[in-house]
Amino acid sequence: MEKEPVFSPKRLKMITEPLGKNNPITVQVLGVCSALAVTAKLKPALVMAFSVTVIVAVSNLIISLMRKSIPGRIRIIVQLTVIATLVILVDQFLKAYAFDVSKQLSVFVGLIITNCILMGRLEAFALSNGPWESFLDGIGNGAGYGIILVIVAFFRELLGSGTVFGYPVIEKLGLYSIGYENNGLMILPPMALIILGIIIWIQRSRDKSLLEEDKQ
Amino acid sequence: MKDFSNRYIFTFAVVMVAIVAVILSLAATLLRPAQERNYEVEKKKSMLESIGLFAEREDVTAMYDKHIRESFVVDLSGNIITGVDAFDVDLGKELKKKENDIRLPVFKAVTESDEDVIIVPVSGTGLWGPIWGYIALKSDMNTIFGVTYDHQGETPGLGAEINETFFESRFSGKKLFKGDTFVSISLVKTGADPSDQYAVDAISGGTITSRGLEAMLKDCLGFYEPFLKSNMERQ
Repeated sequence: MEKEPVFSPKRLKMITEPLGKNNPITVQVLGVCSALAVTAKLKPALVMAFSVTVIVAVSNLIISLMRKSIPGRIRIIVQLTVIATLVILVDQFLKAYAFDVSKQLSVFVGLIITNCILMGRLEAFALSNGPWESFLDGIGNGAGYGIILVIVAFFRELLGSGTVFGYPVIEKLGLYSIGYENNGLMILPPMALIILGIIIWIQRSRDKSLLEEDKQ
Repeated sequence: MKDFSNRYIFTFAVVMVAIVAVILSLAATLLRPAQERNYEVEKKKSMLESIGLFAEREDVTAMYDKHIRESFVVDLSGNIITGVDAFDVDLGKELKKKENDIRLPVFKAVTESDEDVIIVPVSGTGLWGPIWGYIALKSDMNTIFGVTYDHQGETPGLGAEINETFFESRFSGKKLFKGDTFVSISLVKTGADPSDQYAVDAISGGTITSRGLEAMLKDCLGFYEPFLKSNMERQ
């Protein structure tokens, strides 16, 4: 069999597809709960996106390496053990060598274990594909998750707190003096769901292939 | 996926759990010294923040030694207990003890402008988990010099704002005692009158965290009341 180049078009697609056509949040509808929890501000959203990307990629890689020896009947427990071990290790290392980052992440580290994208990718992809493909798939899905998190967080922080990455944009533009007020609703969790809904709506109206067939 | 025998499944599970256990306990043991150093620096850093000093991590220890002059622990009647290092006393744990066993740490410090202050820790519960902080009091044992708060996992943009400077600075200059009575500081939802010395603006959308913070101040500083009063009289 001819050897596939490291970044063949097929493999590149594993990274680019989750950014759009096969986005884990807007198309697969996974990981929505954490998307609501961490998107009131851009900074935690970005940190969460990065951590999830690293952990999906590495756990995908590990499970893919072990895939031929994992007994099917206990595979879910094996996946969970791998994810939980990785998350605890990362948490311990951060506490020891990057304390400020670890303070930023705080409880979100624990939340990563319960993120459905991780289990979803392990079950759907890593168990039946090679290590390198699985790793790329992890990066792609993590980035696809991250991009939505950042978009949602951008609107919530801008319209809810009037800042972007803590920088007071609205104040600098002088909008408060002409009667503009921050929308407190934006900071509350329901708005994350509504913004997410709008993103899905826009994505679906632009890409008709995402629409389900009309059953009637 | 192949079909595996029960024996294989059991062995696989046992071996996997054993490997994971070894990795995790190794990581926990080897990383503990570095982690404890970080907690220590973090604690010193927060104390310095309550007296208005913001230090980089590397400079914290030197600054702490320069500004924190003395520390001791007192009991609930305000008497000094000897032989205990106040820095090692965790207020959160002390509050769970029986009343007679509670030890309260007190730190005496000088500010950048050579003003004598005392720093006391506070510890309580927010919406999702613990919140804590340090309150620096001027030498009249009544006026707040500065505060610093922190939290484990309050909601970003809402309750998590308690550790932002804009919120903490609202406390400076507020008072704890009305005449002889301990009144503490209340967090007011609809906006506090700036001239009110016993109230500050709460955080909008962070109602439960604000309430927890208010209760934390009332409870913890209430424990210090006998100590604060006995020091007031001495002046």
